[in-house]
Amino acid sequence: MKERLERDVIAMRAAKELKDGDYVNLGIGIPNLCALYIPDGVLFHTENGALGYGPLITGDELEKADSHYIDAGGRFWTPAPGMSLFDMVTSFAMIMSGRLITILGALQVSEKGDLANWNTGDDPLGGTIGGSMDLTAGAKRVIVAMEHTTKGGRPKIVRECTAPLTAKECVDLIVTDLAVIEVTPAGLVLKEVAPGWTAEEVQALTEPKLIIAPDLKEIDLV
Amino acid sequence: MKNKVFDSFDEAVADIPDGASIATGCWGLASLSQNLIAALKREGARDLTLIVHNIIPIPFNLIPALSSIEDQIADLTLLLPQLKKLITAVVGLQILGAGAFLKPYVEQGLEVELTSHGVLAARLFAGAAGFGAFYSPIGLGTILEKGKEKRVIDGKEYLLEMPIKPDYAFIRGNKADKLGNLVYKGVYREDHPAMAMTAKVTIAEVDEIVEAGEIDPEEVVTPSVFVDRIVKVPAGGLGSPERGKTLLSKLSEMEAVRALLFR
Repeated sequence: MKERLERDVIAMRAAKELKDGDYVNLGIGIPNLCALYIPDGVLFHTENGALGYGPLITGDELEKADSHYIDAGGRFWTPAPGMSLFDMVTSFAMIMSGRLITILGALQVSEKGDLANWNTGDDPLGGTIGGSMDLTAGAKRVIVAMEHTTKGGRPKIVRECTAPLTAKECVDLIVTDLAVIEVTPAGLVLKEVAPGWTAEEVQALTEPKLIIAPDLKEIDLV
Repeated sequence: MKNKVFDSFDEAVADIPDGASIATGCWGLASLSQNLIAALKREGARDLTLIVHNIIPIPFNLIPALSSIEDQIADLTLLLPQLKKLITAVVGLQILGAGAFLKPYVEQGLEVELTSHGVLAARLFAGAAGFGAFYSPIGLGTILEKGKEKRVIDGKEYLLEMPIKPDYAFIRGNKADKLGNLVYKGVYREDHPAMAMTAKVTIAEVDEIVEAGEIDPEEVVTPSVFVDRIVKVPAGGLGSPERGKTLLSKLSEMEAVRALLFR
């Protein structure tokens, strides 16, 4: 069985898209792990009203956990110099300003960059829309970090999403355990593959036809 | 100057009638107005509309060890039997069974209106500002479109969103002065400022009540005019920082909960 990248490595590769001076909102799941790999000088944003806070608290640092300092996903973080706290109207304006980059998880991404990530379709009684519809509407760059296929082995990159949509035509880059794919007007461009994987093998696990980048290379694990 | 300070939470909610709408905070132990929630449950008003950003049940049934703290938290799900309508952006969590906890209430007629965090904040602010409605670019091509007018402005599509003007707001503040100026702490703030501005009656549940002049005007987040009633959380009691700390320690000893709460 060929090796696929671990969740942490997906997170690490997605985090490479950020640079000093960027402001980023990290979604629940693999995107949360990106926090461990983000370069210095990147400020975190959370919908419920904080910017520029410090690292998430791990299970063995419990004494630092303070209920006043949690993110939109309910995880505890540490304060940091330069942090600001504000209300959700301000937070929304921040999201819609075009100044944030968002890294989100996904159930499905379509060939045109439609995103489905708030409801599997099985829950007619609600769902977790949260801030994902706002972030995809307002962020200057939308990066999806997810596994390439479902637990059952079905492609998550599809021609059309079958799960309820979060937003249409919003995703810019998809980072998975097998590939890095750019969403372009011409279609999905395969830019990088996991070490040991061929473009054909990645295509076999992807529903829409991929355009192979002329400079296709392996995902750098360093 | 009218005295806004109430001695008890029960007195502060005593006039809430059947059919009232209430906006309040929701993020974990941090921004719940636990005493006001418990008081409203005791008061028993029915057919209420609840406006919150999230409603996520504490998994007492999934994690039996949590039953030891069940009576030490008053969370929003306590109010479900009294609701006619729920407006929110997050119902449950996938790993905790998603919206299944709502099923008995939906079957009894509970109406659920889903929106996004941003649109909810904007609708509350729009209510405060007296707008009739506003056009939002959020949610095109999604369930948010359902039943809403669409309009093209400068070549871009928008959905018509309506303001929210609740009868009551339960506001979890950190400190209030006797005039009603409020400051918050950390993420307690969340959408409380907009809720306080738009509600007809704003009730603040705070850790501390101080004399006028003790809060620096530069620091006031919710000016006094928006606050009608102020009640102090009993030290070490329900919803207090001390109780929160104790609960947090207990919760973090439970393996299943650690996986949820910590990296």
